[in-house]
Amino acid sequence: MTSYNLTHLQQLEAEAIFVMREVAAQFERPALMFSGGKDSIVMVRLAQKAFHPAHFPFPLLHIDTGHNFAETIEFRDRLVKSIGERLIVRTVQDSIDNGRVAEEKGPNASRNALQTVTLLDAIEEFGFDAAIGGARRDEEKARAKERFFSHRDEFGQWDPKNQRPELWYLFNGKKSHGEHFRVFPLSNWTEMDVWQYISREKLELPSIYFSHEREVVERNGTILAHSPHITVGPKEKVETRRVRFRTVGDMTCTGAVESVADSVGDIVAEVAAARITERGGRSDDRRSETAMEDRKKQGYF
Amino acid sequence: MTDNSTAISDDDLDEMDLLRFTTAGSVDDGKSTLIGRLLFDTKTIFEDQLEAIENSSRQRGDENVNLALLTDGLKAEREQGITIDVAYRYFATPKRKFIIADTPGHIQYTRNMVTGASTANLAVILIDARKGVVEQTCRHAFIASLLNIQHVALCVNKMDLVDYDEGVYNGIVKRFKEFASRLNISDIEFIPISALKGDNVVDRSKNMPWYQGASLLYHLETVYVGNDFNHVDARFPVQWVVRPQSDRYHDFRGFAGKVAGGVFKPGDEVMVLPSGFTTRIDKIHTIDGDIQEAFSPMSVTMTLRDELDISRGDMIVKPNNTPEASQDLEVMLSWFNEKKLKPGGKYEVRHTTKEAKCVIKDIRYKVNINTLHKVEDDLEVGLNDIARVHLRTSSPLFTDSYRKNRLTGSIILIDEFTHETVAAGMIVHR
Repeated sequence: MTSYNLTHLQQLEAEAIFVMREVAAQFERPALMFSGGKDSIVMVRLAQKAFHPAHFPFPLLHIDTGHNFAETIEFRDRLVKSIGERLIVRTVQDSIDNGRVAEEKGPNASRNALQTVTLLDAIEEFGFDAAIGGARRDEEKARAKERFFSHRDEFGQWDPKNQRPELWYLFNGKKSHGEHFRVFPLSNWTEMDVWQYISREKLELPSIYFSHEREVVERNGTILAHSPHITVGPKEKVETRRVRFRTVGDMTCTGAVESVADSVGDIVAEVAAARITERGGRSDDRRSETAMEDRKKQGYF
Repeated sequence: MTDNSTAISDDDLDEMDLLRFTTAGSVDDGKSTLIGRLLFDTKTIFEDQLEAIENSSRQRGDENVNLALLTDGLKAEREQGITIDVAYRYFATPKRKFIIADTPGHIQYTRNMVTGASTANLAVILIDARKGVVEQTCRHAFIASLLNIQHVALCVNKMDLVDYDEGVYNGIVKRFKEFASRLNISDIEFIPISALKGDNVVDRSKNMPWYQGASLLYHLETVYVGNDFNHVDARFPVQWVVRPQSDRYHDFRGFAGKVAGGVFKPGDEVMVLPSGFTTRIDKIHTIDGDIQEAFSPMSVTMTLRDELDISRGDMIVKPNNTPEASQDLEVMLSWFNEKKLKPGGKYEVRHTTKEAKCVIKDIRYKVNINTLHKVEDDLEVGLNDIARVHLRTSSPLFTDSYRKNRLTGSIILIDEFTHETVAAGMIVHR
């Protein structure tokens, strides 16, 4: 006799596919945010499953800070080519050159916050009414209260105290002119679920997720990759260590972990035993207790 | 880390399933402590999180580590020491993955509880052993019943403060059973616990030898929820039509959606609503090849033998088992908005993948959610109210009663002008 039960991963997958299709149906001009990180790679896989054998009913959108790992950009271009989908890239450098934003100063300067402006400009330029993102509720405390369909006002702002209740699988994407939505199909996934899914689907990832030797600088307990984008202080030293990255953000704020895990299986085991959260190495979140909420209210991912 | 008893290996993957539960409690009944305990003991709280809330607690002058800070992440919540919104938390044991919808018990209490309950398999209801069954307990139980949650774990908390007394516990159980006899909950598990001391939360307590049952976590890990999805009445709301603009798939027209009930197989005779035309399922597609059956809650794409005009909002069913098609609905409505329900007012209604307009024809009665009494002399429906209403829709909806199927028996109402979700409704069939 057949058992009509789905495993947790199958249920999460079915839910995420449903949400992607709902975006395609409820919005006129959606875009799938793509960073080349593991969550967005999982999102691409889910979009393939949702719309097979057709192409995606939306383009991929990458907000490039110019401080990405070279491996990530190389991977992004290869993946986009192999799946044959459209990719739109908008750069923070252009926003700086156009005078839309000003580069931060100091040794901890980061373009992390600047990309919000580039993103909102891209949303306006293309008239996107929904931006699908890979954020998860388990990532950060402000995200624990995020909706699948998250409403943004005409300034791109999030109002956490006035969110629409979300019941069953009835998503309300109604909006006024100029407003848009951020949609998060992976809301209910944890870091572990993402890795298990990568393992199950045998998804390819940028090499920086796996153990490798790299020149790094340790700063306030965070291991940062040595690159032209960071200024090494007089008391800091550049050394070579065996590391990997748990998230793929900017080189200026994404901390590495010392690790010998060089396969997805090893990483699943490492995640299971980890005692620090995935974003624990993100200095952008550490700027203040409500750093994420503050940025999200402004229109961050 | 070798002492990690909850580590999950790849081998466990195939057998793990998912339990979604909601927690509801009154102020100070220890809900945050209980959730903190579950997260702690399953090693879900990470060192940096713990460190962060330890720092915040110290800064706020709290005597102990304030576990509520784990769930109350928003600035306003921390400032006011309250929980504003439903927060979702995740943890796993080697047996199951858990999603907790943690719902605060004040201001928008009904809205939050109803929202959290709408996707839950199980409700954890907390009672303070010193206070016994109070108004809020009844409210929580009623909402669990209204939202058709099949399983309730009733935890009598703070047993340490009543000297682990069996008599106190039995009195509360008896009192709750009397109340629950008027509800529609099939499975209630009673568990005496102390969230603070850890009695019967993860491990069986040595302080209550008179209690023979399981610990809360064991119950959560083992309660059978496989039949919470309807696998009898075939329902497939069409969500999206897949039409590849390519030479290879020139004639392909796939109907994509999430199975809302029953089982569909290639070759099955199906009827398409509202047209009423019948045809057979040709194939059920996935990117990894065709599959032999689809059931709730799978997301699939199917093709049909005949070319029919089908679009989003239509429903594919079996000819011998059809939902009710009607423009007149009887609904238990939970009102979410500060702006009151307008009798005779028009709203947008969303049901499965279908949208329509509706008008409120009649407010039958309100429910006093603390006593379960019908209120017929005051029919003003505002924030947190629950009322039975009759609405008429602009086009027929294909519904089942909410009791029979949560997915085809539920609606939301949307304000035409502000676009806010103002109410949730559970369909009643007479």
